Amino acid sequence: MSGVALVTGASRGIGRAIALQLAADGCAVVVNFASSSSKADEVVAEIQASGGSAVAIQADVSDPDAVANLFSTASDELGPVTVLVNNAGITDDGLVLRMSPEQWDRVVNTNLRSVFLCTKAALRSMLRAKSGRIINISSISGISGNPGQGNYAAAKAGVIGFTKSVAKEVGSRGITVNAIAPGFIQTDMTDALGEAVTSAVSEQVALGRLGLPEEVASAVGYLASEGASYITGQTIVIDGGLAL
Amino acid sequence: MERAEIETKLNELLVEELGLDADKITPNARFEEDLEVDSLGVVELLMALEDNFGVQIPDEEAESIGTVSEAVDLVVLKLNG
Repeated sequence: MSGVALVTGASRGIGRAIALQLAADGCAVVVNFASSSSKADEVVAEIQASGGSAVAIQADVSDPDAVANLFSTASDELGPVTVLVNNAGITDDGLVLRMSPEQWDRVVNTNLRSVFLCTKAALRSMLRAKSGRIINISSISGISGNPGQGNYAAAKAGVIGFTKSVAKEVGSRGITVNAIAPGFIQTDMTDALGEAVTSAVSEQVALGRLGLPEEVASAVGYLASEGASYITGQTIVIDGGLAL
Repeated sequence: MERAEIETKLNELLVEELGLDADKITPNARFEEDLEVDSLGVVELLMALEDNFGVQIPDEEAESIGTVSEAVDLVVLKLNG
């Protein structure tokens, strides 16, 4: 695979694993990050050490101006984006009865508005090229719901509806748009839940354990590959058999 | 830029960027009906006009473009005020 992949929120967790996977698959990679500058640099260094090409670019992807700047810098440094992975996401959990409007907005903006802004920015060059791959990271929370995650689940369900709509809008131009819905994956995000919660979750998972970021990244690599050219508008659940 | 020059350039864009059949492009050809440009194709047309002529075309003004000649008119208007 060649081309330029832009991965949002790529300094840590699933985004980091996706950046490394796409680099290993032959893409030049834009490692976007919001605040973890040194972590993003580590990802870039790791890709370069393996002979790949990568650049770290800071941007708050919920901000339209920052997104415009992200894509123009990416294009200047590595060329037009051919693979976009909308991965950046945060949680700010709380029961809906106790959730503030600010908590809602922050999570919806970072997890959903960002997907719209980055997709719009990427589509311009993809339309011109008449090819492109957009892969949106949703969540099992957006499919099954999760108490304490009304904001997060709404945003992640929104990502799935958005994925299907855009897939229909741009399918005629050879651009595919898919979503991946991870279950519980070992990252800082799930570490924050604590040992008691994660071991209780593991008991509900058919495979009996949490997933690894690499196990999500490999599916992204597949969706970005030539082999996935007839797959669009889909949501692939990667949860070890949690929601069966 | 002269109108004729804009027209020539636009015709080139229609062939190269939108993949339209050069033989079917006439001043009165309608994008949707005669040239079979779909709604996304209209967006591509606007992007091509903006990128190649350095103009900005808001959605409400874009609605005035029905034919090839009307697209030329809009670019002339934008460039020459």
